[in-house]
Amino acid sequence: MRLAWLELRRRPGKFSVAVVTLTVLAALLLFLAGLLDGLFLGSTGALRAQRADVFVYSSTSRDSFLRSTITPDTRAAVEAVQGVDAVGGLSVTLLGAVVPGETELADVAVIGYELQPSGIPRPSGPGQAWADERLKGFGVGQGDTLLVGPAKTPITVVGFVADSNFQLQGGLWVQTDTWRQVQNQNRPDAPSAAGDVQVLLVQASPGQDAALLADRIDASTRVTSSLTKAEAENSLPGTKEQRTTFNSILATTYMVVVVIVALFFALLTLERTPLYGMLKAIGASSRQLFVGVILQAIIIATVAFAIGGGLVAALSAAAPPKLPLQVQASRIFTSYVILAVCAVIGSLLSLRRVSRIDPAQAIGTAQ
Amino acid sequence: MTSTAMNAAAGTAPALEMHEVTKVYGEGENAITALASATISIGSNEMVALVGPSGSGKTTLLSIAGGLLAPTSGQVIVGGRDISHASPTELTEVRRNTVGFVFQSVNLVPFLTARENLLLVDELRGSRGKQSKARADRLLDELGLSKRLHNLPSQLSGGERQRVAIGRALMNEPALVLFDEPTSALDTQLGEQVMELIQSEVKGRGTAAIIITHDSRMTHWCDRTVRILDGRLQSDELATAG
Ligand SMILES: Nc1ncnc2c1ncn2[C@@H]1O[C@H](COP(=O)(O)OP(=O)(O)OP(=O)(O)O)[C@@H](O)[C@H]1O
Ligand SMILES: [Mg+2]
Repeated sequence: MRLAWLELRRRPGKFSVAVVTLTVLAALLLFLAGLLDGLFLGSTGALRAQRADVFVYSSTSRDSFLRSTITPDTRAAVEAVQGVDAVGGLSVTLLGAVVPGETELADVAVIGYELQPSGIPRPSGPGQAWADERLKGFGVGQGDTLLVGPAKTPITVVGFVADSNFQLQGGLWVQTDTWRQVQNQNRPDAPSAAGDVQVLLVQASPGQDAALLADRIDASTRVTSSLTKAEAENSLPGTKEQRTTFNSILATTYMVVVVIVALFFALLTLERTPLYGMLKAIGASSRQLFVGVILQAIIIATVAFAIGGGLVAALSAAAPPKLPLQVQASRIFTSYVILAVCAVIGSLLSLRRVSRIDPAQAIGTAQ
Repeated sequence: MTSTAMNAAAGTAPALEMHEVTKVYGEGENAITALASATISIGSNEMVALVGPSGSGKTTLLSIAGGLLAPTSGQVIVGGRDISHASPTELTEVRRNTVGFVFQSVNLVPFLTARENLLLVDELRGSRGKQSKARADRLLDELGLSKRLHNLPSQLSGGERQRVAIGRALMNEPALVLFDEPTSALDTQLGEQVMELIQSEVKGRGTAAIIITHDSRMTHWCDRTVRILDGRLQSDELATAG
């Protein structure tokens, strides 16, 4: 309604408290959501990049890469299962690495791989790695030789790849043998025998259902525990817990939005009672007045979201590379929709008050 | 059918008819009879002054006539339409299309200009356009506000604001305009000017009007004066139109 719009334009001061409060909340929401997504994406990049349908762990590993070992015998057994098209090992060691010219250690995930993931070239030569771009934030450049782990195993960066990290550690993608060398030099407590890998990735033949194939593999080998790709992403330590924690914080923040908007419009309605009484007396319906209230709630939420989004964009540009903040377009869209819906719900709480205002109060001696 | 056409078709049919209208506020021991068996008929082009002491029921009568308040009993017919048992939605429609109000405390929308305050009436009825604008401009011109179209109420004097309120009351071409002490906030001279304007606007349009006033000096602008005391209409006397 035009009246509501003109009021916003001509009396912006009246709405500034609500806009400022919602801006802070919108920025908080986007920041938290960006962290959640950043944590998830930064943890799972190495897995999401895999062109595999099933992840085969040893059954004693409780679905952890670091505890899992697949021997050549098991590998052969998996390959023999009907519906398995191709297999390849994937192994990971998390370590700190010295970057030439830098005092701070870089967090790296040395990843030995066989099947070519999407976005990552085939393995380079021995002692060579494709590094994740995240490591540029630690001062890593092309051609640098990193000294990995307490044993200072040298690995030379031959190029960069994107979104390929594991557990928020910068991915260093190497041949399986190079990985084994890193593992055995730096983690003598958990040596890897020649031919062993941690996890076996399986590409299913066309038309195979991944979950059914995983069950078939486990039934056939009896020593494996297989997950679909999505299950593997979610089974990474902390992933589920992070999501639950962040989602409950986000939900609480949205509730605060509802409360703030409800309070704001309750106060505004109180202040507007004489105005609404007069408007009803000259023929406005409660519905017309209410459309105006909802419109104002949506506009306030939109302005606040735009400013809050700008703040988070500036923050993420200025944030240190270690901060796993990733604000995705789809997340921005859903955050905006939920915020607007919360604002509308908040404003709906003054519906009763508005509809109860008696037009008769507009007339008479009451000043 | 527009209200103008309706007036013309109705000819001399009354703009307002009230039969034995009673209004009781509250219940039991606290019940106050603000209006007792009021019967009155106001012609389609008649201008009536309603006078009476404070608390006598003037505002109550006006509120019932304008569809702001439902009577406890009795019959109310406004512009040919029986609203005695109208629902709140129907009353909203009556206020929107058939009556105009000028309140005692000038009650304009503070963030709208004089012209927008008039246009608002048409916007509430769902019409907006050249015709509305032309009508608002003509009314404001007649009310001597042609240089004030784009001023906010806070930039207008008390008399100017009251004139904008009169323009707003006439915007929907009402069959009946209701004024609750339109001059009480103005000094005598300004009050006279506003009454003169009301008379020329109301009479020039063939619209009926009820004007509540405390001030007996204002009644000579009206066709007749109706007195009310303790909720009872007293007498019905003809006055000479000024
Ligand atoms: N909403 C209400 N609830 C209860 N009593 C009311 C209400 N409105 C008015 N009254 C009472 O009804 C009686 C008539 O009131 P009304 O406002 O019609 O008088 P009035 O003639 O307009 O007075 P004034 O000249 O002071 O404006 C008074 O006794 C008043 O106290
Ligand atoms: Mg009164």
